[in-house]
Amino acid sequence: MQQIIKWSRENLFATRMNTLLSLVSLWLIYVTIEGVVSWAFINASFLGADKSSCMVRPHGACWPFVTAKFNQFIYGNYPAAEQWRVNIVFVLGALGLGLLMAGRINFKKQLAVLMLTAYPVLTFILLSGGLLGLSYVETNQWGGLLVTLVIAVTGIVVSLPLGILLALGRRSELPIIRMMSIAFIEFWRGVPLITVLFMASVMLPLFLPEGMNFDALLRCLIGVSLFASAYMAEVIRGGLQAIPKGQYEAGKSIGLSYWKSMRLIILPQALVISIPGIVNTFIGLFKDTTLVMIVGIFDLLGIISFHFTDPNWTSPQVPITGFVFAGLVFWVFCFAMSHYSKSVERRFSVKGVNK
Amino acid sequence: MSGKHIIEISHLDKYFGDFHVLKNINLSVAAGEKIVICGPSGSGKSTLIRCINHLESHDGGDIIVDGVPLDDKVKNIDHIRSEVGMVFQQFNLFPHMTVLENCILAPVWVKGVPRSEAEALALQYLERVRIPDQADKYPGQLSGGQQQRVAIARSLCMQPRIMLFDEPTSALDPEMIKEVLEVMVDLAEQGMTMLCVTHEMGFARRVADRVIFMDEGEIIEENTPTAFFDNPQNERTKLFLSQIIGD
Repeated sequence: MQQIIKWSRENLFATRMNTLLSLVSLWLIYVTIEGVVSWAFINASFLGADKSSCMVRPHGACWPFVTAKFNQFIYGNYPAAEQWRVNIVFVLGALGLGLLMAGRINFKKQLAVLMLTAYPVLTFILLSGGLLGLSYVETNQWGGLLVTLVIAVTGIVVSLPLGILLALGRRSELPIIRMMSIAFIEFWRGVPLITVLFMASVMLPLFLPEGMNFDALLRCLIGVSLFASAYMAEVIRGGLQAIPKGQYEAGKSIGLSYWKSMRLIILPQALVISIPGIVNTFIGLFKDTTLVMIVGIFDLLGIISFHFTDPNWTSPQVPITGFVFAGLVFWVFCFAMSHYSKSVERRFSVKGVNK
Repeated sequence: MSGKHIIEISHLDKYFGDFHVLKNINLSVAAGEKIVICGPSGSGKSTLIRCINHLESHDGGDIIVDGVPLDDKVKNIDHIRSEVGMVFQQFNLFPHMTVLENCILAPVWVKGVPRSEAEALALQYLERVRIPDQADKYPGQLSGGQQQRVAIARSLCMQPRIMLFDEPTSALDPEMIKEVLEVMVDLAEQGMTMLCVTHEMGFARRVADRVIFMDEGEIIEENTPTAFFDNPQNERTKLFLSQIIGD
């Protein structure tokens, strides 16, 4: 107790100005927390099958909306009888990622290869079906968190390797490759994602021959992936430029070919430098997935706002609660990514003690 | 094509943009010969040896290394690079790999030597540069002198016939220069063909068969170390020597 008093004297109330600032800060913290707690808990309604309980408590969150619609928020209109397929995909994905992130395990390399090859194939078979006796589920029935994760994970997994190739291409000594990389990057960076999505869903079918029509979600996936690749390329190019020329020359002088020297010497260093930027792009991409709403695909945010119009749930607190819930889910995923990136940085920086 | 010369450079020209950095260089090096190249900064001496393993491309003339002409053929460049080791002023070790991994990288990935064999060889060379006990450290944990010795060992692991040294002691603190020079003297005594860009005149006197003085992209003077230091012929050589010896 005495220590606490001593500490506050030194740190919070050292001077008159200091005391004033401390009091104002404490008041601000109190007001914020009090507001959040009373809205989310004290004045909130928790039980109920429709808006009636929320109408009775008009100053707090309407949590029954979230619990009642939870299934749709996760799966969209994915048929209830087939939702186990989505669950398998979620569980396997979480398990695989968890093991990969856990640090030192023996079969890490094999697992990573499996996650990048077998897992996407399995995911595709399970989710869309039409094979192995699984009934076919059209992508316009997919929705909610499922779609958000499908778009974000695809974007992340495609944009990293493609971004690396584009970054190398942009620094290539071969003029044609360099020009093509620059054109690609500048085109995709110069166009807003909304435009890309509109182009993909509205314009593209006009150019394709009659009858050759491919899936709307797939078109979005391609659009988002290419868009993210252009950003990724520039982030990685930054990392590449930070590698001293001597590293390239040392690689050459011991006889390594271009690709070997990139793979063994340059990229391992450049990617570590780029981790903050890469994760930044991933997080941006994750949040940008909400834009697919405008081309009629219902991601998590899309499906939540769609349900605001349900006549059973037209209460003033419903949209606020829905948005808060969406924000919370997005925040958890983004925070997890940024937190994981910090641990990756730490793991690699231990050995890179540069003098 | 002469059999006894391992490097033959004739009428070599090189430009950096408009700047004529190497002017009609002619130089033949016999197998086992040790050559020290010196000259003021900007004289083209580093560029000359960097042309030999094609870190710089040349604009005119010919370079033939061990009977293989250095042209734009990737196969020839790769072959020459596997015969020619290089040590840089800034060491250029790979900071994300241990000393041992630095050493086995090229044997494993370029020559396809099995890992265990490459490690045995690397330890043997680390022994030769007198740091076998540092094999599992990262370059950032070593002193400059130790890093440069690792860099020498890394080059030797490819078992080159020729070693190029580009100011190997210029980035070192004075007390570390000696340990690196001793390794280089060892190497010279074992018969390695060496081209060293250096201002270490003691080293030049001790091991060089020939000392070459370059200025403004030309070879100005070329002689045995004794004659070169005691009786320089050209005015520019005299001026240079008086500047680096400092009296």
